[in-house]
Amino acid sequence: MTTLRSFATTTARVLVLLAIAIAMLAVLLMATGHEVIPALSAMVRGAFGSYYAITSATIVRMVPLALAGLAVSVAFRAGILNIGAEGQLLVGAAAATAMSGTLGGVPWFIGIPVMLGAGAIAGGAWAAIAGALRLRFGVLEVISTIMLNFVAQYLTGWLVRGPLQEPTRVNPQSVTLAPELQMPVLLEGTRLHAGVLLVVMVAIAVWWWLRRTASGFRLRAVGATPTAAASAGGIDVPRTMFGAFLVSGLLAGLAGSVEYTGITYALYENFSPGYGYTAIAVALLARLHPLGVVATALLFGALEAGANAMQRDAGVPNVVVSVVEALLILLVLAADRWRPSRAAETGT
Amino acid sequence: MVTTAPTGAVLLSLDGITHTFGRMRALDGASLQVRAGSVHALLGENGAGKTTLMRVVFGLLRAQQGEMHWRGAPITMRSPSDALAHGIGMVHQHFTLVPSMTVAENIALGGHGGFDPQQTADRVRHVAARAGLVLDPTACVQDLPVGAQQRCEIVKALARDVTLLILDEPTAVLAPTEATELLRWMRGYADAGNAVVLITHKLRDALAVADDITVLHRGRTVLTTPARDTDQGRVATAMLGGATVRTAEVRPDSDTRDTAHAALSVGPPDAVATARPIVLALDAVSVRDAAGVDRVRSATLQVRAGEIVGIGAVEGAGQHELLRVLAGRRSPTAGRRVIPERVGFVPEDRHRDALLLDAPLFENTALQGAGARRGVVDWNAFRARTAAVLHRFDVRASGPDAVARTLSGGNQQKLVLGRELEAAGEALVVENPSRGLDFVATDAVHRALREARNAGMAVVVYSSDLDEVVLLADRVFAMHNGTLLESAKDRDALGRAMLSGAAVVSADMPAGIDA
Repeated sequence: MTTLRSFATTTARVLVLLAIAIAMLAVLLMATGHEVIPALSAMVRGAFGSYYAITSATIVRMVPLALAGLAVSVAFRAGILNIGAEGQLLVGAAAATAMSGTLGGVPWFIGIPVMLGAGAIAGGAWAAIAGALRLRFGVLEVISTIMLNFVAQYLTGWLVRGPLQEPTRVNPQSVTLAPELQMPVLLEGTRLHAGVLLVVMVAIAVWWWLRRTASGFRLRAVGATPTAAASAGGIDVPRTMFGAFLVSGLLAGLAGSVEYTGITYALYENFSPGYGYTAIAVALLARLHPLGVVATALLFGALEAGANAMQRDAGVPNVVVSVVEALLILLVLAADRWRPSRAAETGT
Repeated sequence: MVTTAPTGAVLLSLDGITHTFGRMRALDGASLQVRAGSVHALLGENGAGKTTLMRVVFGLLRAQQGEMHWRGAPITMRSPSDALAHGIGMVHQHFTLVPSMTVAENIALGGHGGFDPQQTADRVRHVAARAGLVLDPTACVQDLPVGAQQRCEIVKALARDVTLLILDEPTAVLAPTEATELLRWMRGYADAGNAVVLITHKLRDALAVADDITVLHRGRTVLTTPARDTDQGRVATAMLGGATVRTAEVRPDSDTRDTAHAALSVGPPDAVATARPIVLALDAVSVRDAAGVDRVRSATLQVRAGEIVGIGAVEGAGQHELLRVLAGRRSPTAGRRVIPERVGFVPEDRHRDALLLDAPLFENTALQGAGARRGVVDWNAFRARTAAVLHRFDVRASGPDAVARTLSGGNQQKLVLGRELEAAGEALVVENPSRGLDFVATDAVHRALREARNAGMAVVVYSSDLDEVVLLADRVFAMHNGTLLESAKDRDALGRAMLSGAAVVSADMPAGIDA
């Protein structure tokens, strides 16, 4: 396979499209009466302008986006439109928070894996609800996962005002995670935590699984042509799909628990700024390639870090970056459509 | 029934049409002239460029070189709607209908303005009646047998007032009676002053119905002649690119089969087969579908190692369900079944049931047995296995890494058959093995099936083409209305057995052959 070459051409294309998207952003800024150069330079500074910006803003945002992006990729590869990474991420964070209360005096190398595991299992269980609805009752996962996102969001809101609220009962949030149970910081003086290494390992593992293992191949076959997978491959399609729901939810739940143990150290109401939704864009932009997801998550991390800086330093509302992200997705989808058909003669 | 060729004016003229897909030259200066009032057969082997040329005419592809004239004026078709506006319609080999919609709704698609079900239905009824086609506008397309779906496609084109109708392999999916019906209809349609381009592999169809014949070979026009001035031998020679055709070698085409029968009677004697062990066995097996209809009714069948059992049936007689039960793809609702653990299966719809079109060939090879595989997949082993299949079954592809979609239908079929034969130990079930294949590819497929039989495999073949059933099989069965009956190994006997049942089918099932 020409994996490397296709990876390179994809990267090149994403960069070209990014340039187009930024040009469109410039036009948008002009149209809304902002000064283009200061705004864009604030954005670039916010994302890459300093050691701190790169490590503590851009890369740190990449972590949950990449894990949730992997969750979306796995589901989409199996032909499952899991829009519920956001909800699975939230229940993952909530489960990790709940677990942290039972870990007093436990060393970090046991406590952290326990919290991450609890988050992953909770995320998987949350996705399994949608999976069961789909496979047992034919409820479309697009609908059920969106609904479950709302449930997870309000569940979090209730938890931080009820069972998981900090003991003083003043703020709607959980108690801060004990320092010895926080994810180790990799570089002194930054927010860069060990979750980055985890992301890289998980991405490679997912890539290897989909590409090299029998069960990963089954998942891809079911996503490509379920009828052929069943007829020619003897593949148990519902079972494979349920497995994809589980793994997808597991990865999203992991994203939530990594964010909790690595960055926020507490659960609160707006715990996720829509990471689970942005993850869909991250996965699509990477064309569902697990390693590509890490790269596009970094790009989106940079865009979001830059957006905040642009708002702070140039007074441009950070939502304009959402416009750029959306444009980027549309451009990628359009570019895919434009590709000349590789299909030779299909008739005769 | 070669009719005297009318001397109609030239309606469509193509000259020097060239089109390349990547490095592959699909059309290389092809030319074609279609006269008003004529049926024009466009012949050629797999990948000769027939469909590609007609896609250019229909505006689906833009020729890179060459000229096209329509009613004497130069023209370039920009899109199918452009072609329809000029009065050119096309019925594709793979239908383009929305299964969940009614016939009327499908025909109204692509029209303009409002949609009035009643009015559209009336119009469909009118168009169909004028064209002499039986079609219920209120029927849901997914409930229709394939012949009626095809009539729906034709009426869809006719509703747009086309004068040139392109039909791509229209008889490939039809039972013999339906095919005859369609050919007769084509003749009448052309006689009314219209024109038909018939893309086909079937020489007999072409010679029976066409006024003119054009043969393509490797994207070039190699023969243009009035049908009455030629014969099967000459056309076959042209299709093979001018090579001398020794009839014994080209025999398995459905059209030259009659002459081939003598040569084939040298196959393994039937007596030998009875001494061999039974591999596939059904005892009073029934299959009830989701709607509660018995598709297979108490079928009993024993297939021994080293024999080919052929099944003839009209569409909807339960043959597809029976084959899937034999292949282990479906469980019987009643009765006993004894089959080996792994039975090779070549389904008729390879795009839906056999291939991952956007995956490389080696992954398609690996699909067989994927359900039970464990651990890490050794892709290089599958590449090697795929390369062996490509070589052994003469699949024309750039290699194991080629994407399945880029192969022509015949090569896709050979890949599927090769894969199933390599993997299946004792038994193989094949559904319409030569659907959409030219006679060279058909020959290769038939030879592979016979080799499998001679190597001791139990083979079951269903084909909508009775000639093919009789030609391949050692024993034949007719299926009608879910019942399986052994028949004499004779085309007429089999056809009668199958059709006498068909009368029963249409009596209590409106979706019979003439729905």
